[in-house]
Amino acid sequence: MLKHLWLSAKLDIAESLRARWFLIYALVFGGIVALLFLFGLTESRVMGFTGLSRLLITYIQLCMAILPIFVLITTVRSVAGDREAGIFEYLLSLPVSLTGWYWGKLLGRFITVYLPVLLAMLAAAAWAAFKGLEIPWLQFSYYSALLLALTWCFLGIGMLLSTLARSIDIAQGLGFLVWLILLLFLDLILLGMLIQQQVQQEVIVAIALLNPMQVFRTAAMLLFDPQLVLLGPAAYVILDNFGVKGYIIWAFVYPIGFGSLCAALGYSLFKRGDLP
Amino acid sequence: MIQFENVSKKFRTVTVLDKVTLNIQAGERIALVGFNGAGKTTLIRCLLGEYNHQGTILVKDQAARKQRQQILAHVGFVPQLPPPLKMPVGQLLQFAADLCHSQVERMRKIGERLGLDLDQLWNRPFVKLSGGQKQKILISIALGRDSQILIMDEPAANLDPEARRIFFSLLDECPKDTVMLISSHRLDEVAALVNRVVEMDRGQIVLDDKVADQVNLSHQLHCQIQFNRNEDAFAKALQTWQFSSDEQQLVWQGQIAGADRLRFLGMISRYAGLLAQVQLEEVQS
Repeated sequence: MLKHLWLSAKLDIAESLRARWFLIYALVFGGIVALLFLFGLTESRVMGFTGLSRLLITYIQLCMAILPIFVLITTVRSVAGDREAGIFEYLLSLPVSLTGWYWGKLLGRFITVYLPVLLAMLAAAAWAAFKGLEIPWLQFSYYSALLLALTWCFLGIGMLLSTLARSIDIAQGLGFLVWLILLLFLDLILLGMLIQQQVQQEVIVAIALLNPMQVFRTAAMLLFDPQLVLLGPAAYVILDNFGVKGYIIWAFVYPIGFGSLCAALGYSLFKRGDLP
Repeated sequence: MIQFENVSKKFRTVTVLDKVTLNIQAGERIALVGFNGAGKTTLIRCLLGEYNHQGTILVKDQAARKQRQQILAHVGFVPQLPPPLKMPVGQLLQFAADLCHSQVERMRKIGERLGLDLDQLWNRPFVKLSGGQKQKILISIALGRDSQILIMDEPAANLDPEARRIFFSLLDECPKDTVMLISSHRLDEVAALVNRVVEMDRGQIVLDDKVADQVNLSHQLHCQIQFNRNEDAFAKALQTWQFSSDEQQLVWQGQIAGADRLRFLGMISRYAGLLAQVQLEEVQS
């Protein structure tokens, strides 16, 4: 099974590296870092942050905006697209284990999706070292781990949607819908309105805790804004209940757990349903 | 070896397979024929363990869906439409060989016998190959491993006559107990390859016939055709079969695969009005 998992992962990595979406994807994340350097972001100062820390803070905010939709759309497009084009019919006629195939695809995709994000950060660190700027390794590792959790989470959702939808159009539509709903339930949009409408505190806290994008956003800001001055009221309420440490643990465990749950559900449906 | 017992398959409210019962013994070469939508591809996908279904499909007493991996280890499959794989040919062969516990070299040899220049194609994306090249690669994968069951959906449709001849020879080299299930919507395409014909219509088997006339797949026929006037269309058709002619282009000669004779006669029948003489003679390969 492990052999099939690795064969499937290798196949998916090679397919992704050849695909146009990956080129655009890698260019976007590399380009963000390059642009941030180019516009002299490391020279600016916000809330006491300057240098690479300042750049990383901006980078992670931008990642939150574009990473989930990128991961969702590319995953559902390629997986549902492969099925629609008849690729599943042929490759699954070979004696590959379904477990190895599905999780290998997930693993391969995770590597191709996460690597450009991480490499862009590493490139920024290398450039900062070259320029003689201090590298905040704790912040670097924390953000890398947060991005890993976010990537895994949306990859799991993407795999589930790909299994549920039988055509690219439906899969893509579903992916966009999920992203839009999660985006709306960020603290500054719907959660803020809910608080204004005096909806029960528990409901608001639950929504904020269950929205992986909100969890990521809050956790990312915690490092440079422990009082969450910049955030809306929902995150403030959450911190009162959980504390900083508790929330950071939740910010890693929940997205990875939720992504894994979605992927496992997708696997169960994939294994039980018609394959092509 | 393969048993279909009351196999039904529905897509929403549409019944595509309706209580199909079929027993296939080792060594049988079956033409699965029927119009588009008759249920042939669905039956094949059920056998490959790709579809859920009602009823039972057993391959060597193993359930097709539950034990699909074990069963597929002995199944070579050539689909009707080549999948649009972007991976290079070399990677596809390596992937298939790794999964099937075979060697790339073995698949390469089959491909080369079919006329492929694999050194040249090795790094080219599979999807960018011509229809015939794709078909040859898929045949190489299916035959370049130890298969006890060969499932082929219009396998020779995109092949030129020479490649078809070699393909028939390759099938002839398979162990005698190999089961072949060859799907086609035209019986004349596959009739010479098989010893049993199963026809499907609207999800049911409407004909199940043993074919008495067995053709040796490796035999060749020498053919000489004489016709009463030169006709460009006929000349072009014969050139695709690699026939050569005299100066006046009135007498043509060439060799055809024994298994291709029905297809060949079908082709020349279109020009029956021009024919003065047709001679077919079996020769040793």
